[in-house]
Amino acid sequence: MDLASIVKALDLKVRSGEDKLNTEVRGGYTGDLLSDVMANSKEGDLWVTRQVHQNIVAVASLKDHAGIVLVQGSEPAKDTLEKARKEGIPILVSDLPGFETAGRIYNLLSKEPV
Amino acid sequence: MRVDEKPIYEGTFTVTGGNFDNAGEVSSNIKSVLKRIGLSGDVVRKASLVAYESEINIVSYARKGMIRLRVVPDCILIEAIDEGQGIADIELAMQPGYSTATERIREMGFGAGMGLCNIKSFSDTFLISSEVGKGTHLKMIIKTNHSSLNS
Repeated sequence: MDLASIVKALDLKVRSGEDKLNTEVRGGYTGDLLSDVMANSKEGDLWVTRQVHQNIVAVASLKDHAGIVLVQGSEPAKDTLEKARKEGIPILVSDLPGFETAGRIYNLLSKEPV
Repeated sequence: MRVDEKPIYEGTFTVTGGNFDNAGEVSSNIKSVLKRIGLSGDVVRKASLVAYESEINIVSYARKGMIRLRVVPDCILIEAIDEGQGIADIELAMQPGYSTATERIREMGFGAGMGLCNIKSFSDTFLISSEVGKGTHLKMIIKTNHSSLNS
């Protein structure tokens, strides 16, 4: 499933990486501890987090994530956005809480034919 | 693993302590270098994680430091050398969840006490030495499984 389909299904706001919405989402990971995300998330994951500071861009970039979803309507910090635009990392904003955001993404991905 | 072989790449990257704004930049540069060499995605991601956690440790706990990268056909050598507070009890510091991070560091999602454990588990060889008040020296080797080169 590509990012665009998830953006549409969850009505996410696209804050950066508008040109990367055709990226294939292979899975997802939820976490606010950066070391946990570094160790356990995978390439192609859509990362769901409440952290909004610029270090999230480096983590997503180093791990080759499909994108970052900020929950609870949290907006990325200004320098986060600048960095994400520079590095071409999609940042999406969900108005839903983390649990519901992750649950919906999980349902969409698990319906995908293998 | 023959670390002393003629390097494909050798470089040193400077890390400034306390500067969280640019934290991760050195690791991003290291990742670019490794990708350019043509190493497999898995190896690049492993080395990037090791570099990242080392970089964050320097930013969090040292005045300044550097990360040395040496790539030979068989493996990647990453060394993180810093001038800082050092680690009094390495065994304790290696325990998952143990951290001396300040509230400010934790608020950003760092300081979960996972950094050194991550470095160790993603490296094939991991060596650590430290002197209180002087600094810490990490040495990691990651195998490249040869065939991944130039493929």
